Amino acid sequence: MTTPSPAGPTGAGVPAGGPAAAVLIATDAPPTVPNRKVAGALAPLQLSGEHHLCPGCGHPVAWRLLLEAIAELGLANRAIGVVGHGCYTNIVSLADIDFLQCLHGRAPAVATGVKRVQPDTAVFTLQGDGDLASEGLAEVLHAAARGERITTIMLNNGVFGDTGGQMTAASVVGQRTKTSLDGRQPEAHGYPVPVAELVATLQGSVYVARGAVHNAGSVAKTKRYLKRAFELATSGAGFTFVEVLTMCPTGWFLPTADGPDYIQDTFEQTYPLGALKDV
Amino acid sequence: MAPQLLQGSDAVAQAAIAAGCRFFAGYPMLPFTDLLESMARRLPEVDGVCMNAESEIEAVNMALGAGAAGARAGTGSCGQGIALMQEAIAEAALNEVPFVVFNMARGQQDYFQATRGGGWGDYRTLCFAPKDVSEAVEHTQLLFHLADQYRAPVMLYGDYLIAHTYMSVDVVPIDFGPLPPKDWALDGSLGGTGKSRQIWTWAMGKAGDPGPGPDLHWQRIAEKFEEMARVETRWESIDCEGAETVVVSFGTAGPFVEQVVGELRADGVRIGAFRPITLWPFPEAALAEACRSADRVLVFEVNAGQMIDDVRLAVAGRVPVSPLGRVSIDFSGMRQGEILTVPWIRDRVHQAIKEVKV
Repeated sequence: MTTPSPAGPTGAGVPAGGPAAAVLIATDAPPTVPNRKVAGALAPLQLSGEHHLCPGCGHPVAWRLLLEAIAELGLANRAIGVVGHGCYTNIVSLADIDFLQCLHGRAPAVATGVKRVQPDTAVFTLQGDGDLASEGLAEVLHAAARGERITTIMLNNGVFGDTGGQMTAASVVGQRTKTSLDGRQPEAHGYPVPVAELVATLQGSVYVARGAVHNAGSVAKTKRYLKRAFELATSGAGFTFVEVLTMCPTGWFLPTADGPDYIQDTFEQTYPLGALKDV
Repeated sequence: MAPQLLQGSDAVAQAAIAAGCRFFAGYPMLPFTDLLESMARRLPEVDGVCMNAESEIEAVNMALGAGAAGARAGTGSCGQGIALMQEAIAEAALNEVPFVVFNMARGQQDYFQATRGGGWGDYRTLCFAPKDVSEAVEHTQLLFHLADQYRAPVMLYGDYLIAHTYMSVDVVPIDFGPLPPKDWALDGSLGGTGKSRQIWTWAMGKAGDPGPGPDLHWQRIAEKFEEMARVETRWESIDCEGAETVVVSFGTAGPFVEQVVGELRADGVRIGAFRPITLWPFPEAALAEACRSADRVLVFEVNAGQMIDDVRLAVAGRVPVSPLGRVSIDFSGMRQGEILTVPWIRDRVHQAIKEVKV
């Protein structure tokens, strides 16, 4: 649980020796001039900042990283996204790239068909842990084993967010959901499926990493993971996989601001961050 | 090309490739297996791709992906494998992705799932049931054309006799006329231009350029299927004019019934044969017309009675409709059954005529 910030000044300011251009806004006192928007907040290729996701959701940060990676690698006019079913599906309307919205769990099979007949494109799947670890585990493992030249991105919040907070195959031990009321119990519900580790064991996968979006360091690393995954898949090296731990305070039944700490204290114990495989 | 003696599966594979099919995905299941083997052998020769999918679910979704990316794509199976594919066939109908499903069925017990569909939503699957290998070659090519024309998944209803019979056929590409360009197909090229594409059953469109949304999108698709029913219905009617008895059958049962009807007609029996070529759309009006002078309609099908529902709907109670066939794994490829023989069918027809007269 987050501890509320202590009242009063905390000494925020420009740190000594910091970059000269850095401008930090003090947040320990009311602003002296009214805050106003000074720049557009949209990511490249993002069509709108309006979305239906809950406050505190980690998906929009992951969307931004995905779109930044595609834009910075110059793949905007080669990218085809194959998207599963979940809260993140809304990206199909919000980003200016080609999208195919497909059946729950089947995205890696659909993406295989796309990539095999359009070999010069940058094909990726965007799926949740319910879509991928629960409904579609066979599809992702076989696509990885075949070494399909695609990138699969799994946004893992350990819960069926879109349906209101039920247990997925990736829910961690002890996690309370609407269908594991006393927490996920191994004797009753079994253990979470570590998809990234499974994919990494398959010969056809060339890059597997697990990132997160709960703090600035993780956000920066996750973007690097995504760029590396796209580079390797589009160069023809093989299947690449990036799992991203995302906050779901609504589905975790936590105060909005507690999501990042829950990732750090709970999810990271089951799902350690970092690159698992880079051949 | 000159006519060649070809096994049905190989003839269908060659017809698919002649029609421009360049992607195929499948999972072995008798009697579909030989078609998969032929595609695996022939597609690489034309720089096409044949996938050994890990299940029928993956196979049909691969075909969906290839179809969405603009290729002429196919998949197939039979029986339980087709059942596994129904969700994706429904999805493709609703997000308008064309591909051809080759249902090399075990007998005729797939009629319901070929014509009713097992997936969610208000959709139909255009389904052709050829009577022999030669017709299958023509239907295969036509189905690829119609799939693109209507942007819909379509089905060929074959069986063991289509898949395994050798016949002398000439597989030449058939020109069915021009089609609109596939400007809807995904290739990624319009990303970042404000005109990027979207294939989505909900048709929500993009921010700033909203789509029709599911209600209007699905209503338009329902109207598209009504149009298909008006335009694409096909059938064969033999000697039904003035006939007192009409025997209805479909697919490879047709030639057996045709032989029986010919023999009985030579004996002076006023009898005709009717064969729906499209199972959906079912030729209701044509069958009603064919049965105008009939006082009995007999339905021969190798199942417990599936098409008979459509026959009864077509004649709308004006003529008694009786089943002739029965369940058999005849022409499943597992073993020889007993009912698909001319004498067996002729005896049944005789019996049915006598029963009604008494």
